[in-house]
Amino acid sequence: MTLSSPTKLELTAPTLAPHVQLGLHDDLVLEMYWHMLLARRLDERMWILHRQHQVAFHISGIGHEATQVAAAYALKRGHDFIFPYYRDLCLTLALGLTPRAMMLAMYGKQGEPMSGARQMPAHYSARHLNIVSVSSPVATQIPQAAGMALAMKYQNTDQVVMTCFGEGSTAEGDFHEGLNWAGIFKLPVIFLCQNNQYAISSPTDREMAVQNVADRAPAYGMPGVIFDGNDFIESYHAITQAIERARRGEGPTLLEAKMYRLVPHSSDDDDRTYRSREEVEAWKQRDPLLLARKYCVENGLLDDAHQAEFEQRAREIVDDADEFARNAPYPPPEEALNGVWGELPKI
Amino acid sequence: MSEITNIEAITRTLQQEMRRDPRIFITGEDVGKRGGVFRVTKGMYEEFGEARVIDSPLSELSLVAVGIGAALYGLRPIVEIQFADFIAPAFNQIVQEAARFRYRTNGDWHAPVLIRAPYGGGIGGGLYHSQSIEATYSHIPGLYVVAPSTPYDIVGMLRYALRVDDPVLFLEHKKTYRLIKGEAPDDDYMIPFCKADIKRVGSDMTVIAYGLMLHETLQAAQELMHEDINVEVIDPRTLNPLDRDTILSSVKKTGKALIVHEDNLTLGLGAEIAALIASEAFADLDAPVMRVAGPDVPAMPYARTMQDFFMPNAQKIADALRKLNAY
Ligand SMILES: Cc1ncc(C[n+]2csc(CCOP(=O)(O)OP(=O)(O)O)c2C)c(N)n1
Ligand SMILES: [Mg+2]
Repeated sequence: MTLSSPTKLELTAPTLAPHVQLGLHDDLVLEMYWHMLLARRLDERMWILHRQHQVAFHISGIGHEATQVAAAYALKRGHDFIFPYYRDLCLTLALGLTPRAMMLAMYGKQGEPMSGARQMPAHYSARHLNIVSVSSPVATQIPQAAGMALAMKYQNTDQVVMTCFGEGSTAEGDFHEGLNWAGIFKLPVIFLCQNNQYAISSPTDREMAVQNVADRAPAYGMPGVIFDGNDFIESYHAITQAIERARRGEGPTLLEAKMYRLVPHSSDDDDRTYRSREEVEAWKQRDPLLLARKYCVENGLLDDAHQAEFEQRAREIVDDADEFARNAPYPPPEEALNGVWGELPKI
Repeated sequence: MSEITNIEAITRTLQQEMRRDPRIFITGEDVGKRGGVFRVTKGMYEEFGEARVIDSPLSELSLVAVGIGAALYGLRPIVEIQFADFIAPAFNQIVQEAARFRYRTNGDWHAPVLIRAPYGGGIGGGLYHSQSIEATYSHIPGLYVVAPSTPYDIVGMLRYALRVDDPVLFLEHKKTYRLIKGEAPDDDYMIPFCKADIKRVGSDMTVIAYGLMLHETLQAAQELMHEDINVEVIDPRTLNPLDRDTILSSVKKTGKALIVHEDNLTLGLGAEIAALIASEAFADLDAPVMRVAGPDVPAMPYARTMQDFFMPNAQKIADALRKLNAY
């Protein structure tokens, strides 16, 4: 295999709106925008709760919404599987995890459905939604996703697996081993790297010696595709193509969504110690939520009244989730002992 | 009923189970055409094809991870680690992932991957082909660690392992592969986890031993019979979680306990078993709990003299038992 440079996806037919060219219904585009907006408002509330000392920790997806909503809409729900990572608030929300569940996780309250309030917030999981549990060590999910894809191939299904991770995590051995398996066995798996330019404080040139994560794809015998992760329609296009390729049995794709972490790494981080405010401000001009809103307005899908209604609805949902979780009881302490082992088979 | 070796017990059971359950597949380094470096999967590539007997790249971390992913999907993956010594890169995937899916999702997900690993020394394997890894992994709640040591136990426990809904580390003492023979009925019996077995009934002392050391212990017990010393031998079979009851009731009966393992002494299984006996059978003890174990050096040296020095054997066990008996 010769080294090929990453492909930029170009849309043709300039007379039609991009989403129309992709066969995306107006309603769906608006729904995607709605999920981005709801994710953002929920995320912002989580930051506030942390600053108010209501919750111990928050790790945010702000700046990642366009790619994530696109991934959620490109996957076949309840059919395909996703191994997400801790920034995938918008992705898992759009796939069906509820704001109440996420708020229960923030407060660590009884009834939190992802981990029974054992894990920190943002460790998404929902078996009924084919969302595989997130752990804290980065990149471990990448070879696991390859393994599930191997199972699918062996079962001859037309399912695909997607896994998400940051660009910094591609320095872990798990990433390289996972891609190696996927390449060797031509597995139906999509590796979606959300390159937000930083691994905590380390910029990309301290994470890898190549320009792009996608440059590594040829080493594993798969295409690497770079796209504008702030543009939800372009993201949808790139992700859909990779999914279709996997579904056709043509093998894996390494996708790299270029974006920016618009907030500190987590509630424990102070990003002023390692990056300038000018840099952050410049990227805010390309805030994916603003871009999506602009797109919807320009294409006649959204007007001011509609926007106000969305904001109102989002506020109500976030308020409800916050209140619900705040008032929920804590789990009984001895619940810590449950769920270590399954039931042993009877003989 | 004819006798089979430990390795034949594994191969035969894997074949039978794969015929029974189409969800089972096996992957590992050289498990395909070559049939594995120890020949455990001999003939299985031919019978089940490359979709179910899968030669993996050289990458233990992802071997286990791939098994996890397939298990989450609902298959029953068997992962062969070529030598237990090389499982270390997969530590994170075993401990923080496989063993933790159930707990971290409050039972929503579970990852029943079966990891087979040839372990143990005495075969000229030096530092990196002789290790005993059981203590390290027995520290991990959520991961079954089993080490059946006779053909009968191997067949029954391997069958059981393929029906357990949690990850299992299935340890196979490589020196016993062809050394140990025994009867194993060709029916579908199973042996449950967390059940120790009394391999020899006795009244004077209790020895707890597994793997190659079980057989060395049985030999020592035989020897001591001529000195009118009557030793009871308990094979825990499942190393974590332990069958506490069987161990304790034996020690309560004999009043003296020796634990034998080839894994090094400090924080080995013997430490846990000794603590268990001290806290639950203190009043019944007639002597301090003793241990015979590998020395606290990083791993087993290659030179024959040093290897023999490292390995506990029937002689060393018999000597320790004489001391314990005289106490
Ligand atoms: C194996 C491991 N090492 C270190 C950490 C601590 N840690 C958490 S996130 C992170 C940075 C990850 O950066 P990247 O992969 O780019 O993802 P991002 O957070 O930028 O989305 C680090 C070092 C960890 N969680 N796991
Ligand atoms: Mg990053």
